[in-house]
Amino acid sequence: MLVRIALGEVRRRGPQLRIAGPELDDLAYQAAADALVAITGKIGQFRGESLFTTWAYKFVLLNVSTKIGRHFWRNPTVPLATEDWDRLPDRFGFDPAREAEWRDLLAALRRAVNEELTPRQRRVFVAIVLNDVPLDTLVIELASNRNAIYKTLFDARRKLRAALVTHGYLPDELSRR
Amino acid sequence: MDGWSELDNFLRTDPRDVGCAEALEMLHVYAELSAAGGPVEQRYPGIAAHLRACGPCNEDFEGLLAAVRSGSQ
Repeated sequence: MLVRIALGEVRRRGPQLRIAGPELDDLAYQAAADALVAITGKIGQFRGESLFTTWAYKFVLLNVSTKIGRHFWRNPTVPLATEDWDRLPDRFGFDPAREAEWRDLLAALRRAVNEELTPRQRRVFVAIVLNDVPLDTLVIELASNRNAIYKTLFDARRKLRAALVTHGYLPDELSRR
Repeated sequence: MDGWSELDNFLRTDPRDVGCAEALEMLHVYAELSAAGGPVEQRYPGIAAHLRACGPCNEDFEGLLAAVRSGSQ
């Protein structure tokens, strides 16, 4: 049952991944095996708030995510230390033909990244936003966990937005462009 | 959506966002209620806010929802 769910999940995610065929199936089998270990270890924590199977499936899903993150860590498409600011306009869908309108905004964002963020916040922002490194891959690279990396990025987003609002590039919380 | 809105949406943070650990802790309950058409956003606003902002957790949620809906239970 766990293998079936894992295979279904890797196939659901398959189109977004650069993994296919036996390698993808192997990833699913490993995720199901690790999920079984997790379920066995945590079975005393099941509180009956859902069907047991739904609770068990969650561990399969989480292990699939971890395995995919590890795969990209072993096979990075972009060196994790790269810092390519030229990708930023495309990342957010800025129209190259209207560069005159957004050039100052992105320059201010880059300044805020350099001046407002802690070194760790900056590293997480650069990896995830500039380099498109999957968050679960960064978790492995930094020997951290998803919650901690997310919180680091959350705090970075808040600081950067505050800086851009202060300098008049973005509206305050009470208004929308 | 233009680049300004896309960037603004990315940088906006929701104070109700519970973070990954709490969202994943309750993901099975959230997914089942969602599959049943229940009021997940009203009952778990902090998890809903998190799933809107966190790609990896939302991916896990979508996968769990698909597993629940597949009727494979």
